[in-house]
Parts: sequence; structure tokens; C-alpha cells
Amino acid sequence: MKHISRIYTALVMVFLYAPIAVMVVYSFNASRSTSVFGGFSLKWYAELLNDSSTIEALENTLVLAVLSSLVATVLGTLSAVGIFSMKKKWAKTAAMTVTNIPMMNPDIVTGISLMLLFVFVGQMVGSKNSLGFGTMLIAHITFNLPYVILSVLPKLRQTDHHLAEAAQDLGCTPFMAFFKVILPSIMPGVFSGLMMAFTLSLDDFVISYFTTGPDFQTLPIKIFSMTKRRVTPDMYALSTLIFLSVLLLLILSNVAQARSEKRREGAKA
Amino acid sequence: MNKKRTDFAQKLISAPYIVWSAIFIIVPLLMVAYYAFTDKSGAFTLDNISGLSRYAKTFGMSLLYAAEATVISLIIAYPLAYFMSNMKAGAQRMMSMLIMLPMWMNFLIRTYSWITILAKTGIINTLLSKIGIGPVQLINTPGAVVLGMVYNYLPYMVLPIYTVMVKIDKSLLEAADDLGSSPISRLRRVIFPMTVPGIISGITMVFVPSVSTFYISQKLGGGKTMLIGDVIEMQFQSSYNYNLGAAISLVLMVLILISLAVMNRFDDSEEGGILI
Amino acid sequence: MKILSFNKILAMLLCFLVALSFCGCYCEEYIPSADYELSLEGEYNKSLAGTTLNVFNWGEYIPDGTEGSMDINKKFSELTGIKVNYTTYENNEAMYAKLKSGGVSYDIIIPSDYMIERMNKEKMLEKLDFSRISNYKYIDPQYKNLYFDPENEYSVPYSVGMVGLIYNTKTVKQKPDSWGTMWDEKYKGDILNFNNPRDAFAISQQFLGFDLNTTDKTQWDKAAHKLIEQKKILQSYVMDEIFQKMEDGEAAIAPYYAGDFLLMQENNPDLEFVYPKEGTNIFVDSVCVPKGCQNYEAAMLYINFLLEPDIALEIAEYVYYATPNTAVLENDDYSLKGNEYLYPEVYPKVQYFHDVDSDIRTYYEYLWESVKLA
Repeated sequence: MKHISRIYTALVMVFLYAPIAVMVVYSFNASRSTSVFGGFSLKWYAELLNDSSTIEALENTLVLAVLSSLVATVLGTLSAVGIFSMKKKWAKTAAMTVTNIPMMNPDIVTGISLMLLFVFVGQMVGSKNSLGFGTMLIAHITFNLPYVILSVLPKLRQTDHHLAEAAQDLGCTPFMAFFKVILPSIMPGVFSGLMMAFTLSLDDFVISYFTTGPDFQTLPIKIFSMTKRRVTPDMYALSTLIFLSVLLLLILSNVAQARSEKRREGAKA
Repeated sequence: MNKKRTDFAQKLISAPYIVWSAIFIIVPLLMVAYYAFTDKSGAFTLDNISGLSRYAKTFGMSLLYAAEATVISLIIAYPLAYFMSNMKAGAQRMMSMLIMLPMWMNFLIRTYSWITILAKTGIINTLLSKIGIGPVQLINTPGAVVLGMVYNYLPYMVLPIYTVMVKIDKSLLEAADDLGSSPISRLRRVIFPMTVPGIISGITMVFVPSVSTFYISQKLGGGKTMLIGDVIEMQFQSSYNYNLGAAISLVLMVLILISLAVMNRFDDSEEGGILI
Repeated sequence: MKILSFNKILAMLLCFLVALSFCGCYCEEYIPSADYELSLEGEYNKSLAGTTLNVFNWGEYIPDGTEGSMDINKKFSELTGIKVNYTTYENNEAMYAKLKSGGVSYDIIIPSDYMIERMNKEKMLEKLDFSRISNYKYIDPQYKNLYFDPENEYSVPYSVGMVGLIYNTKTVKQKPDSWGTMWDEKYKGDILNFNNPRDAFAISQQFLGFDLNTTDKTQWDKAAHKLIEQKKILQSYVMDEIFQKMEDGEAAIAPYYAGDFLLMQENNPDLEFVYPKEGTNIFVDSVCVPKGCQNYEAAMLYINFLLEPDIALEIAEYVYYATPNTAVLENDDYSLKGNEYLYPEVYPKVQYFHDVDSDIRTYYEYLWESVKLA
């Protein structure tokens, strides 16, 4: 059984990592092909670093991801508290249903629905250039919100509400009670919501594709237009760099965690 | 007095979200419906909807491919999640990271590099030709499109199932063993029922993006296999027919909501599944 | 616990990516950009510095600094301080759709002839101020006063080209002379076709001997039918994905623009090119300014810049299409001077695309969708 388990797991990993391995190998290709390997070279890395528009797209992606995940987290946490404390069953159900819409809807529908709204409003106010950073930010916040709400809600359910009431009985305003009692206890949920929102925003292509304008390109949009052209391995070089940095961090954090666990076990013993 | 103030504060707290979701979730969907039932001049029409019959085959194909991808993902993911849940804690952590890691890479590039593997001059065919077979037509086929879907969304199937599996109380399984149930019946009668919520959220998270994809079919299907996502994208990005595009989206949305509603009848948890 | 570690990693990832992006900017300064002695005729000063110019162009249609070419947009920014937002489109129809959406505005677009004619009819183009485009004098007179801009008010030709048949001599032993090769069962799975309605229909129309701008719907029907027939042996519909596929030998037969063929041949010497006997399509892609542009002044400056003899030479050497710029044509340093495919002595039979009636347009777009859905 153990062997079957190992072999099976290994096979799935091969499947998951085969394209990534291909990408890494071909990023060192001396020829400009992404399918015929013509020797080792670092030239695509040099081309990449020389390509200011790709670097700008990377920066844009980060700015958008940071901003949208922060706003979504603040707004989402407040809404989770609000939804949680709703007394009427129908209101709660309605709020949850609306929250679920962006998660259940295909991205393409979310994307075009927002685009239709932005363009419509843009035309109403006479703006010729309504699509851009602002619309992308709104779109990203919108699809991030449900993930924040749904990771904060379970934590709220676990929180002891007598504590908040006790705090208020002792003279706290509801706002103070929230910050002093509720927020600390839901913090893990808030944080995981923030990180999920950040990841989703970083990698989103479909919704961005429909809400983007000429003056703000993110990396996925840039990569999409690159794969529509003459694809050169510099795109693979970029992904390899991102992959290696993620991998490195994973290994580091894993080692750190294993160590701290060992220490804890040692302390117990 | 205090109670009233709290109520008011709580109402105030959810106000921004209610406003936000009204403007950016509800209104956009109404816009889709508006475009679907009007023509270019803004007059009411049913032509867009009634003209959809020509896409019946495409709808059918998209649903079929997405269903295939979902079933294949489930078949691959379930044993994997099971094996994972039986590993040591450190190995489990390592595995869930290895499964999440590809999701941090841009999915466009990961899909694109499948071309390198599947192409006629690609890696598989080069290997095959070394042993005297081929070339085999792998890319630009419906099979390649389904493969792309499975590849991209497999982690979304593994993780929810794994999450519920890990939570299964091991003493339950021991009890089943003690009561003399075979491994098969243990799986069928104890483990499987408890993992249904995970399976359902996995299915949702694989099926929905698969049925609406357009990039995978463009790159791995060679532009010959049009899925419904391609048709929608075409209306918005090249044919400039927003009304038709909105009508197709509306129908797609309704189809998906119906299938989700049907599926959620098997799920009794309070809110829809969520990753991690 | 698991979630927390996952989050920590993500937080670190964020820091790392930020670091990476800074590193990118930092390294950039250390890679010497290919420097050329530029002599410019127009005047470029910093009076518009700080403004932005939105350029919307075909993919692979301007030197961008890769592989030793000059980064034209960067050069323009250096000279004028104007920031260029450069985005690309895949075909005329995509450009039109994006522009029509009303959510975006561009200052420079480079559509083809028939699209200019259509946009002009729909009053979507801004008149150019030729008094500020002094380098317009370099445009070859044979590309002036063409049907899509008879009074030379709205467009400045950028490049010119013809479609031909590219084939791989390893697979196609005998030199083909007809579009019919694209329907030859022998090459099943090796054939590519255009992924846009106008160009794809043109192949089929020429093979059938029809006018490219016919108003006869039955002819469009027949052309569509022919395309559906081809789908059985077709590998895929492509635009610029063609480079990869032809260079790697993934496909053996494809119609594309002559200039792109020359680029592909550099990477795969087995490729050959022919103008089929039935005739072919000739096109002129021209620079235009769409209505609703936000920076007209900068747009004029940019157009003049593109026409500079030295810049136009760079463009012609990178894009490999035939140039309408006489300063380049007369320059002995121009490596493609007199190239047999770009500037053939005996031209094949050619037809321009014209903008057809909206009725016919809607009809062929409908047919194109049917072809794709079939």
C-alpha cells in the first residue's frame, strides 16, 4: 500500500510539474524557439531585464494586488461582522447569496458584467477613457471580497460573544469592543483572507482582461498578449524567476516550521 | 439603550458592503440582462436570446468537456487526497505546498508550456519517434483541451477533499475496522460520506472555470474547438456584438447556477465550499 | 497552523517580488541599450514632457529593443519626455471592437486600408495636421491618395505587404503555385489558416476565383463552405502564433504576409514562399489618430518621428514589411533593398480589401462564426 501511495503521488507530481520543468529548461534556450532546444544561454534573462515594459507590468501587478487586497480585507472584515450580527434570517441569507455570486459566477461573466457597467457609466459622465487602473482596482476588490468574508465568518462563529457584551457592559463603545475584543480573536481569519485576496489578485487574468485600459497593464495581461505574438523564451525566463523565488521561500519556511515544531516537541518532552 | 446602539452600529458596519455589492455585483448583472434583451440601438428585443439555438452544440460541447475534466480531476484527486491524509505531518505539509505551488505561477504560461510538450515536434513526440512510433496528433485536439482543464484546476479538487479528509476522526476508522468492515466498505460507508462536502466544493471549483474557459481552448485546441467562453470572448473582443455576448453569458450563468443548485442539494453545510 | 505558514510564505513572496522588480529597474541601467547615431530632421523638444501617448498597434510591428533592435518608443520618450503606453492587438476587428467599446481612448492606431475606410465612414478618425508632419514628404506617391483616404487627410502609410503561401520544402516537395495546396488532403494536419474573417475568406475567395469585395452573398456562402471543408485537414487557425509553428516545423503550409516569411526563413531555412497564381491580397497599414484621442499634439510628433529616415529604416529592418518611405528605399544600407518578395519586379495579381456594406459585413461575420463553430 505504501508503495502504491508513493508511486501514485509521484506520478501526479510529474503531471503537475512537467510544464514547469519544460519552462525552466527552455528559459535557458540559446535559440528563440520554445520547442526546439538549441543549447544553453542566459540571453533571455538579459532580454527580460532589459524589457522595461515587463518590469513595469510586474510593478503594476504588485501595486494592484496590494491595494485591492488591503481594501477588500478592511471592507470584507467589516461586512463579515455586519452579516454575522444580522438578526433577520432572510437578510442573512440574502447577504450570503450575494457574497457567493462572484465566487460561483464564471470569471468571464463577472469580467464582462463589470466592463458593461464601467463603460456605461463612463459614457454617461462623458469619459472617453473610463477603463484603467481605477476600474481594475474596483474589479479586483469586488472579486476578492467574498474570499475575505468567507474566511472571517467561521472565526466570528468561534468567538465568544459574551466577551464583547461584557466589554460593553464595562463601558466600552461598540466600536471599542470590536477593536479590543472581536478583532484580535478573528485576526487569523482576517490575515488568511488578506493573503488569499492577494494571491487571487496577483494571478487574475480573465477579469482584468475585460476591465483593463491602455495605461495600466498587469503581468497576466502582458503575458496574454505575448503568447499571441511571436513567443520568445523571455516569458519563460520571467516565470522561472518567479517560480524559483516561490520555491525558495517554501523551502525556507518549511525548514523554519519543522525546526520550531521540533523545538516545541522537545519542550514537551 | 445599549442594545439599540449596538444594533445601529452593526447596521452601519455592513452598510458599505451592502452598497458595494449592490453597485458592483447586482447592477453589473442587471447590465448583462439589459444588454441581452436589447439591440444595438437599445430597443427591447428577444432576437439575441432566440438566436442562441445556433450555439446549442457549443454549449453542449463546453458542458461535456468541463464534465469530463471534472470527473477526471476527481478520479485523480481522490486517491491523492486519501494518500496525503495518511502521511506524516511534515510530509502532508510539504505535499499541500507542492500542490499549491503551481497555482502561484501564471496559468497562461503553464498552459502555454503544454504546447512544448504536446506539439508534433514536441517532447512526447520526439521521445516516441526515438522508439519508432509517431508522430501522434496530441495538440489541437479536444483531448488536449480537456487535459489543459484537468491540469489547471486539479489543485482546486485535491485541496478541498484533502481538507475534509484530514479532519476525519481516525478512531471512527478504527471502529469500522473493529466491527469487521473490509477496506472497501470502510471507504464506501465511512470515508466517502464524510468527504462529500469536499467533493462538492472541488467539483464546483473545477467545473465552473472549465466550462467558461477560453484561453485553454485557444492554445491547446488550435482555435478549431470553440467553447462557449471563446464565443463570448469573440463577441466582446472582436465581433463587437455586446448584446449577443451578454445573452450568451446570461444563459451560461443560468446553466451554471442550475447545475450548482442541483449539486448543492447533496450538500447540507451552511455555506458554499471554500478553499483551505 | 497550516494556514498561518501558508500566509507567511505569501508575505515573504510579496517582499521578494518587490525586490525582484526593483532589481529589474536597477539592472536595466547597466545593460547598454543599443546606441545609434541618430540624425533627426524634425524637431523634438520637451515641451510636452510629462504627458502620455496611448499607442495601439499590431503585435510585432515596431522595434522594441529585443535582440539588438532599437526601442523606438523608448527613444521617443527620451527625446520628448512623453510617456508611451504601448499595447497591441491581434487583428483589425479586435482593434475596432476595443475602440468602439467606448471605455478606452488611444492617440495612435495603425489599421489596414479597409478598416480605415470603414472607420472613416463611421467618422471615427481625426484629421491629421500635415503641417506638423514634415517627414510626410518621404512617403512614396504611389501610396498617397489611395481609395481609403482619397484626399490624404486621415492616414500616413506605415508599411505595405502582400499575402503569400509559405511552405516547408521538407514536406512540400514540389513548389506549389495555387491556393489549392491548402486543400490538399496529402498535407492533412500540416496546414494553418488565418484567424480573422477577412484574410481567411480571401484565401478561399481567391481559390474560387471570386472578387474579395463581392456583394454576392452566394459567393460568400461558397467561400465559407470551402473553409468548413478545409477544417478537416487544418491544423489550426493562427495569427502571430504562426512564427512558432512554421519555424519549428510544426506546420508545413500557411498563408501569411511576405515580410513575416522573411523573418521565419531566417530561423528555418527550409521555408519557401510563393505568390499563388490566382492572385493575392495587397494591403497598406497606415498610422491614424482616432476621434477622442487625448494627446493630439504628441500624436503628430510621434507620426513625424516614425517617418524619420533613420527611424523608418529601423522599423523596416525589424518588421521586414515593404516600406512606403522613399528615404529608406533609396538607402543603400537597407538590407532588404530590392528583395524579390517584398519588391518583386513583376507583381502578382493583387486586390485590395475594401470596406463592404454593413449588410455584407454582418453576413460574412456571421458566416465566419459558423466556420469556427463547425
